[in-house]
Amino acid sequence: MTDQTTTTVGSRAGMTSPPRQGQTPSPRDLAARVPAREAAPSPGPRRPGDESAAAQPVMMTGAQALVAALEQLGVDVVFGIPGGAILPAYDPLFDSRSVRHILVRHEQGAGHAAAGYAQVTGRPGVCIATSGPGATNLVTPLADAYMDSVPVVAITGQVPSGLIGTDGFQEADIAGITLPVTKHNFLVTEAGDIARTVAEAFHVASTGRPGPVLVDIAKDALQARTQFRWPIPFELPGYRPVTRPHSRQVREAAKMMMAARRPVLYVGGGVIKAGASEELLTLAELTGMPVVTTLMARGAFPSSHKQNLGMPGMHGKVAPVGALQKADLLVALGARFDDRVTGRLDTFAPDAAVVHADIDPAEISKNRHAEVPIVGDCREVIIELITAIRGEQESGEQADLTAWWSQLDALRATYPLGYDQPDDGSLAPQYVIERIGKLVGPDAVYVAGVGQHQMWAAQFIEHEHPRHWLNSGGLGTMGYAVPAAMGAKVGTPESAVWAIDGDGCFQMTNQELATCTVEGIPIKVAIINNGNLGMVRQWQTLFYNERYSQTDLDRAEQGTSAGTRIPDFVKLAEAYGCVGLRCETTADVDKIIKQAMEINDRPVVIDFIVHRDAMVWPMVAAGTSNDDIKVARDMAPDWDVTE
Amino acid sequence: MSQPPVRLREQEASASRHTLSVLVENKPGVLVRIAGLFSRRGFNIDSLAVGPTEHHEISRMTIVVNCAEHPLEQVTKQLNKLINVLKIVELEPAVAVQRELLLVKVRADTETRSRVLETVALFRAKVVDVAQDAVTVEATGNRDKLDALIRVLEPFGIKELVQSGMVALGRGSKSITDRALRPIDRSAGGSAQ
Repeated sequence: MTDQTTTTVGSRAGMTSPPRQGQTPSPRDLAARVPAREAAPSPGPRRPGDESAAAQPVMMTGAQALVAALEQLGVDVVFGIPGGAILPAYDPLFDSRSVRHILVRHEQGAGHAAAGYAQVTGRPGVCIATSGPGATNLVTPLADAYMDSVPVVAITGQVPSGLIGTDGFQEADIAGITLPVTKHNFLVTEAGDIARTVAEAFHVASTGRPGPVLVDIAKDALQARTQFRWPIPFELPGYRPVTRPHSRQVREAAKMMMAARRPVLYVGGGVIKAGASEELLTLAELTGMPVVTTLMARGAFPSSHKQNLGMPGMHGKVAPVGALQKADLLVALGARFDDRVTGRLDTFAPDAAVVHADIDPAEISKNRHAEVPIVGDCREVIIELITAIRGEQESGEQADLTAWWSQLDALRATYPLGYDQPDDGSLAPQYVIERIGKLVGPDAVYVAGVGQHQMWAAQFIEHEHPRHWLNSGGLGTMGYAVPAAMGAKVGTPESAVWAIDGDGCFQMTNQELATCTVEGIPIKVAIINNGNLGMVRQWQTLFYNERYSQTDLDRAEQGTSAGTRIPDFVKLAEAYGCVGLRCETTADVDKIIKQAMEINDRPVVIDFIVHRDAMVWPMVAAGTSNDDIKVARDMAPDWDVTE
Repeated sequence: MSQPPVRLREQEASASRHTLSVLVENKPGVLVRIAGLFSRRGFNIDSLAVGPTEHHEISRMTIVVNCAEHPLEQVTKQLNKLINVLKIVELEPAVAVQRELLLVKVRADTETRSRVLETVALFRAKVVDVAQDAVTVEATGNRDKLDALIRVLEPFGIKELVQSGMVALGRGSKSITDRALRPIDRSAGGSAQ
């Protein structure tokens, strides 16, 4: 059964269980000073005319206009830290009845939390920081959101407009700095432009291919008085995302899908962003085609579905990788032919024609030429494909896929995921993650950091639902998990949220556990603690003659497995007001996971001490062909297996 | 139908010069957005000229890029993604007027001045400043003409020179603000075929 939390984030009434003895401080006491909120507003921007009060222009400060705009846009939570330049905005924010501000401990945490919130809800996540260092601390999460197309709106304070360009205190050209890592950004120096710009930022962030948008607001603009009116028309003449696919292209794609003998539906994260999982299921079952789901698309199509071959790519299984390589048709849906999926590009899927549907025209034929390009929202594309294929099926026969499936089933049966139990009795990390997935179940949200644990979590957890698997896919940001899990829990308080993190990643952003405790955000964090930077160490094992340069976090004595355990994650968790648990044996794994599932009034951190040498398999080494996938060290699959 | 996979990143193969007219919102920072896009995506700009248009809220950039057909498609798609970019049109040399401006300060003493002036007249250029031992020549034209003028003036001694980027307009009565000569469609269907 899944871990159903009884505490509703933001609703203090849910925290009725007394604090456990010896656990201080009580999150309830700390949270008592947070003002009660009204019921969460309905998602999405409100339609014009919703607010009679706003129809007439009202005089207010730029800061009040900012908060009013956030309220009008239906924002229910923002993550941030105040500072000098943004301070005017924090005064009206203090009074807002519908916008909850969550005070994080580092701006990077605010950015990833906003991304986590956005990924589970589908609505833009909002983070706020001050000028200079506050703003530059947002650069990593913005770059992360940009690579993974996550709608995030960042609001930063800027030094007063007269000071811009003079190297003023805490001045940084954050619009310039974030130019390459945002979908768009704005510098606002007039109070009268604030509300419109914020509305435009939300529109740009959440439409077309989603992405992060930064709004940098000069302090004097926040302080000046202006007329606020709502709604405000956008001034975005150059922004017209295409969502409706071209019907001729769709018909052409449908014809090719009917004729293909070895087709594959290559599904990327765009399907989740478009909310097209149901339609994808219909399309897959209508055509009987095999499906592969990329790292960003885990959950877009149920892992348990017999047509889902699994994840392709550098650490994909043999069947999905082999399916891509041997296909005669790839139907790429919201996927971008990333190098971690294609391996060496000139040997990728050599016999396949490509149908490529994406909302971003620049992705099509960027890396691999598409015979049939379709620009459009994945949901609309799939709906039209279903119609076109039904039409084709009435008038003709679809090619027989029996031979193709028997080939793929043989690969699937011969090369399932597997791992070795360490012979020294220590814990296998894969086992830990597999058991978390089994015991916690597919209704929980899983959030991974970056590295080996991320790959195992992608591989060994059954991902059944969209928006239940969050990770840093494109940028590969260590430290993503804890703050993103925090944001995800705020976005879906009724779901259990489990961060699967590495000990390296965890040490980059664990300060947000303080935020989680104080703000009543009871996430679970499973640290897969192997005492080293596992994925880097794996590469050192394979490609650098086992010379472990600077990857040992634990400085274990030669020949012993016991490390220094600095820091002690259990004590660290307790210092943050979380429950800290430790698990070192296979026998304890289930018991401790269940124990964690019982605790819902505060965050729980489990320190799983795992074997230090475990490796992620299969693997396509960087820069090599998918054909050269290894299922274990120096072990290539036999492509000609038959059942 | 299936063709051998193409290494789309190989740009050198059939690189050639393309002239793009880009209509952008007249807002601060637009130039850096465009220049930044070119540098971070590894595209080369041969020249870039920017100035106001008949609409005060619109600026027009003429960008000359040196790349093959496929990278050009990527350039235009990526440019189109910039929120401040309104429209992109490729101007084929055959159906466009393309001009650059050259200012060149040439050594010209009493002995050589008449020959310098003769050259200037042959190229339909003009002298815009005269000093005791030098003249400043202004010339407009396409790349080839200006290169030829520089070659002929070189023996006299060039003290300094400056050139603008290319600006270009399509021939005929049409305007790209209402109808594009060769619109680079926002849908990949237009150009990826």
